[in-house]
Amino acid sequence: MAPVAGIFAAHLPPLADAVFSLLAITSLLLAFVMLGSRWLSEYMIAFAVQSWLIALLSAAIGFYGDYPELYGIAILTALFRGLVLPYLLSRILRRLKVDRELHERLAPSSSLVVGALLVVFAFAVATHLGASLGLAGTVAVLALTVMLSMKLIGFLMLMVRSEVISQVLAILVLENGIFLGSQILVPGMPLLLELVILFDLLVVVACFGVLVRYLVVHAGTSSTLGLRRLIG
Amino acid sequence: MSVGALVAVILLAPLAAVLGSLASRRPRPSEYLNLAAAIISFVAVVTLLPRALAGPYTLLRGYVIVDPLGCWVLLSVATVYLLASIYSIGYMRALGLDARLHVYYALFAGFALTTLLGPLMNNIGVYWIAIELTTLVSTFLVGFEHTRESVEAAWKYIIVVSAGISLALLGIIFFYWAGSLTLGPTYDLTWSALRAVAPKLNSTIALAAFLLVFIGFGTKVGLAPMHTWLPDAHSEGPAPVSAMLSGALLNTAMVGIARFIQVADAARLGALPRTIVVIIGALSLLVAALFITRQTGVKRLMAYSSVEHMGIMTLGFGFGGPLGVAGALYHMLNHSLNKSLMFFGAGDAMHAFHTKRIGRIHYALKAMPVAGLLWLAGAVAITGAPPFGLFLSEFTILRAGLAGRNVWAVFVMLVLLIVIFIGFLNHFRAMYFGEHPEMATVESHPRMSGTAFWCVLPMWLALIPLLALGLWWPHTFSHYFRVIAAELASGGTR
Repeated sequence: MAPVAGIFAAHLPPLADAVFSLLAITSLLLAFVMLGSRWLSEYMIAFAVQSWLIALLSAAIGFYGDYPELYGIAILTALFRGLVLPYLLSRILRRLKVDRELHERLAPSSSLVVGALLVVFAFAVATHLGASLGLAGTVAVLALTVMLSMKLIGFLMLMVRSEVISQVLAILVLENGIFLGSQILVPGMPLLLELVILFDLLVVVACFGVLVRYLVVHAGTSSTLGLRRLIG
Repeated sequence: MSVGALVAVILLAPLAAVLGSLASRRPRPSEYLNLAAAIISFVAVVTLLPRALAGPYTLLRGYVIVDPLGCWVLLSVATVYLLASIYSIGYMRALGLDARLHVYYALFAGFALTTLLGPLMNNIGVYWIAIELTTLVSTFLVGFEHTRESVEAAWKYIIVVSAGISLALLGIIFFYWAGSLTLGPTYDLTWSALRAVAPKLNSTIALAAFLLVFIGFGTKVGLAPMHTWLPDAHSEGPAPVSAMLSGALLNTAMVGIARFIQVADAARLGALPRTIVVIIGALSLLVAALFITRQTGVKRLMAYSSVEHMGIMTLGFGFGGPLGVAGALYHMLNHSLNKSLMFFGAGDAMHAFHTKRIGRIHYALKAMPVAGLLWLAGAVAITGAPPFGLFLSEFTILRAGLAGRNVWAVFVMLVLLIVIFIGFLNHFRAMYFGEHPEMATVESHPRMSGTAFWCVLPMWLALIPLLALGLWWPHTFSHYFRVIAAELASGGTR
């Protein structure tokens, strides 16, 4: 089946293809950095760098695909996801006085293996979806793979990490995955929507910040392992 | 008033209450302001309801839609908002949190605002954001009492629902992507645009997208196995908040599922999407039945009952057809009325007996004669016994199922409804009667007396229409449901 007309990712100059692939794959690797580390500050740096890469990706897509509004999105992404969110998170972290995961349910090394398996699964699904559109081998399949992988890795982090800040970062990884994939798959998405989603993320993190404070003050814990009262 | 003005009134009234509460910073003005907003919103919704029949109206450059389905959900939301606002006055005064009460009412009105916003959103991305906002506001209501349990519940709620709803966003992006192959890279993903383009969507991607949005919004609706946040959040928030969560919020997410089922029909994805919807609905009933029979917490009992009723509604939409849709929508309103009544009763019982445990409540009628009687009637109603509204709607859904493809689900539903009937009422037997008559000397809690009026009035206001709707299914409603069912089937294969 020939590539379908009208798909941005199907007709790219080789250089653009390489740049997009590089940025997407590096973002995925940064998700693995989070998975393989115990230190909360490393999660945060990995998340910030990932956000910067996604901002670069937006700008690159804006350049090659001729979507000037994506430059604006790129700046806002770098600003909000790359600076403001890490700043808010580090403020929460400073108050918490924890700097590492102590009781993860799965050791980082094992999480890496599980994460790799998840990527294989994501690749299988992405290949299947891509093939149904005749897009096999294009950057669209890669984008789908990264999108689904980051989704699955985020869920994995939610399951095996218990510090509240890890869980917040896991949710943000879920969001980053969607945002990254959507930039490549649907670069023409209405600007308003992207702006609202960015803003929404900011509100989410602010809410998390307040809740973390409640948890520490009223439940006396910053680990979800301490939240075992409500069952049945 | 024009449709646009009515919509503005519906949304601006709670907004004014939010701002007013924050500005006044005093408890009494806040509670009356919130009550006034609830009354105004309710009246505006009732006025809007017949207008919506004349057609879907779109406002604000297509971002707002006023259609019969959305308005029906608004009716159930506004009803619960009104009842819960009345009840809040009594319940929250008795809690003795006057110093923070203005914050409560600001959040409460804000929560109502976001739930009223959801069904009105025409752009699917914006609808998603409205649903996300409901979570963010209601989390703080769930954790409002600042106890260890309530904060734990709030945390689980926001984490589980945020993670779940992000799957819905992924599904929406997939739909947008599939649609962009036909409509070009930039377009507005409205419900009608998606329905119109649905027959041309790539079926593999459309199916993946449908499953993602169903799981995502299903998390918010509280369908098993994504329901885990629901019993915690419903049991730990203040009782009026539980009523809003169960009677208003869940419906707001349900409307999204109903609309996506329509898209799946229009995309000609075969029987699979509806079968999955029916399976998840039946599974929710099963999980609810198991947890209801072995439940020890009084509000958790009501929470699992919400899982049950959301399962029934999902079955109704899953069976589809004029009967299924009518049953599901009638069920929605009945459930909203009934579940509010149940949570109000649970709140009264918690005040009277100082406990959340079913095992510590005995001879409830002695401690709260009027409220106890209303609560008992509500319990009979919520298990689907005649002559109350839920009996009619459940019966209609069963009939719809018999006509459809998934007849097995009808029998599963029937058996589980009987299990729930026995299990649920058995708990009430334990709370109202017992083997130890000497325990009947529990005295009514003194704090109840001053607030009794505000606590009992909404229970009457919920029970009377519930009884009326059980005895008489209004013709105007039937007409309304026919219009909605025709609209939901318009792109469909049925």
